[in-house]
Amino acid sequence: MTEKILFKYIDQPDQYKIDTYIKNGGYQAVPRVLKELSPEQVIDIIKKSGLRGRGGAGFPTGMKWGFVPKDSSKPRFLLCNADEGEPGTFKDRELMQKDPHQLLEGIIISSYAIGANLSFIYIRGEFAFEANRLEEAIKEAYNKGFLGKNILGTGFDLEIKVHRGGGAYICGEETSLLSSIEGVRPLVRLRPPYPAISGCYECPSAVNNVETLSNVPHIIINGAEWYAGIGTPKSKGTKIFCLSGQVNKPGNYELPMGTPLRELIEEYGGGIKNNRKLKAVIPGGVSTQVLPVTKVDVKLDFESLIEAGSMLGSGAVIVMDENTCMVETAYRLVQFFEHESCGECTPCREGTYWLSRIMKRIVQGQGRMEDIDLLLDLCDNIFGKTICPLGDSVTIPITSTLQHFREEYEYHIKNKRCPVERK
Amino acid sequence: MTKEIEEKILSLKGKFPKVKTAILPAFHILYQESGYLDPEGMEKISELLEIPLMEVYEVASFYTYFPSEKTGKYIIRVCDNLSCLLSGAEKLIGYLEEKLKIKVGQMTPDGLFTLSTVECLGSCGTAPVMMVNEDYYENLTREKIDQILEKLSKK
Ligand SMILES: Cc1cc2nc3c(=O)[nH]c(=O)nc-3n(C[C@H](O)[C@H](O)[C@H](O)COP(=O)(O)O)c2cc1C
Ligand code: SF4
Ligand code: FES
Repeated sequence: MTEKILFKYIDQPDQYKIDTYIKNGGYQAVPRVLKELSPEQVIDIIKKSGLRGRGGAGFPTGMKWGFVPKDSSKPRFLLCNADEGEPGTFKDRELMQKDPHQLLEGIIISSYAIGANLSFIYIRGEFAFEANRLEEAIKEAYNKGFLGKNILGTGFDLEIKVHRGGGAYICGEETSLLSSIEGVRPLVRLRPPYPAISGCYECPSAVNNVETLSNVPHIIINGAEWYAGIGTPKSKGTKIFCLSGQVNKPGNYELPMGTPLRELIEEYGGGIKNNRKLKAVIPGGVSTQVLPVTKVDVKLDFESLIEAGSMLGSGAVIVMDENTCMVETAYRLVQFFEHESCGECTPCREGTYWLSRIMKRIVQGQGRMEDIDLLLDLCDNIFGKTICPLGDSVTIPITSTLQHFREEYEYHIKNKRCPVERK
Repeated sequence: MTKEIEEKILSLKGKFPKVKTAILPAFHILYQESGYLDPEGMEKISELLEIPLMEVYEVASFYTYFPSEKTGKYIIRVCDNLSCLLSGAEKLIGYLEEKLKIKVGQMTPDGLFTLSTVECLGSCGTAPVMMVNEDYYENLTREKIDQILEKLSKK
């Protein structure tokens, strides 16, 4: 088994306490950064490491920080995206619950790199336990001098605030998140301006995912080359894969980028439950294309999954066995997006409504053959025509199941029932 | 609203670069206190944070986590998104309906439980999952549900 980075101490029950964290080598990156490195040097290290965002889009982290203007007279903000709401994703919760200081240390370094003196951890409202745990960890860090004014005598000030959301998936989208923090109705904003120029309170800001930030202290301590040596040429480091659905051992597995999907399912996940056959996998959360069993011999990294016709997304691998109806699956996901659409742009707001109605009648055995083209036509009118990527996401379950499982749609329509005999 | 809660909300005022940021934390305080965003509490938030009442409602209506009407002492939120469905959530929701003798969206006549279904709770590796108020219950089975309901009914 390869070495873990983020989950190295995940099984130690008191890793969440600052003393244990320090005993295990924690909070060594903060003094090194604040005392020995300039913000530019930190950004340079992160750029060289090849770290890419773990929140879904995979944007290079160092480059993102580099866009934040250094000479701005306005305050700057670092926002940690802990809204984790993409169905199938549950890694950030475990990271915050079990190793909150790893995240705090990452936030301190990242804030220093972009020149922020205030950082928000925007955590989904349901994660009350994790929010509390973070509050406790922040207190501990203050008491040890890692947070607050004049950290470790270096003159750098930082405050971290935990901000709880209210159960809206769209608030994980970076501009909606900014509006949510500002306290206005959290609609998505048009870009440009990008958050790096005009983000939180119209000030330069960087938004980064929990897993992304948790990697930062390790890169500082072990070096950019070390990190870049893990994974594949273009997808560096490890990734936490959230394995769920019909496998024997669901859970979070931290593995190097480029690990074969089969290995994750068979070796780590213990294979398919009840000795059934694998039918399909959604490899990166419900915003990514479903892969049929014939296409699951793929490596889990940004490039390989695009080549296979899907995406790495947030790393949520959802496994479906032979008893799963793909039409019902797609319908359920369309309902999710319909529910979570912020309603701002017409193609997404109206489109999700109509897609959902058409899918419903197909699932209920009242579909017409023309409905398939109608679905594709609607998807075509949504994809790429909305303000934020949620619009694209709603089309993906439909187009990808139609691509690989069209016969199941036709069966529903012709026979007015589901082809899958559920045992 | 008690003086103590008023002060808690008022103390949020100076905590952020702009006062409006206090609106979500204030909702959480009110929800903890009342179990829902009650009209009197909403007026109080508007008054204390000096945000027009319309705006307070405009923001609140976006967030599904805070009920806008009175609910049972315990709000049960069962996830019925994909990973949970693949792990048998549908049957468990049926079981909860049967046990509580109510449908999803309803409250038991004794005011103890409200049953609702929600989107992914970020705990899909331990599906099926539900929340009761702010606590998670994972890897649910019928037996576990029996135990949880029994424990809560006795409290
Ligand atoms: C609808 C929608 C929901 C999102 N939800 C999340 C989320 O819960 N957590 C997250 O980190 N990123 C989420 N993102 C991605 C963010 O917009 C953003 O790309 C990310 O937080 C950047 O951090 P990273 O570069 O470290 O990945 C979402 C995006 C969209 C369009
Ligand atoms: S695509 Fe959907 S979620 Fe995104 S801004 Fe438009 S309506 Fe809102
Ligand atoms: S799908 Fe149920 S917790 Fe994620």
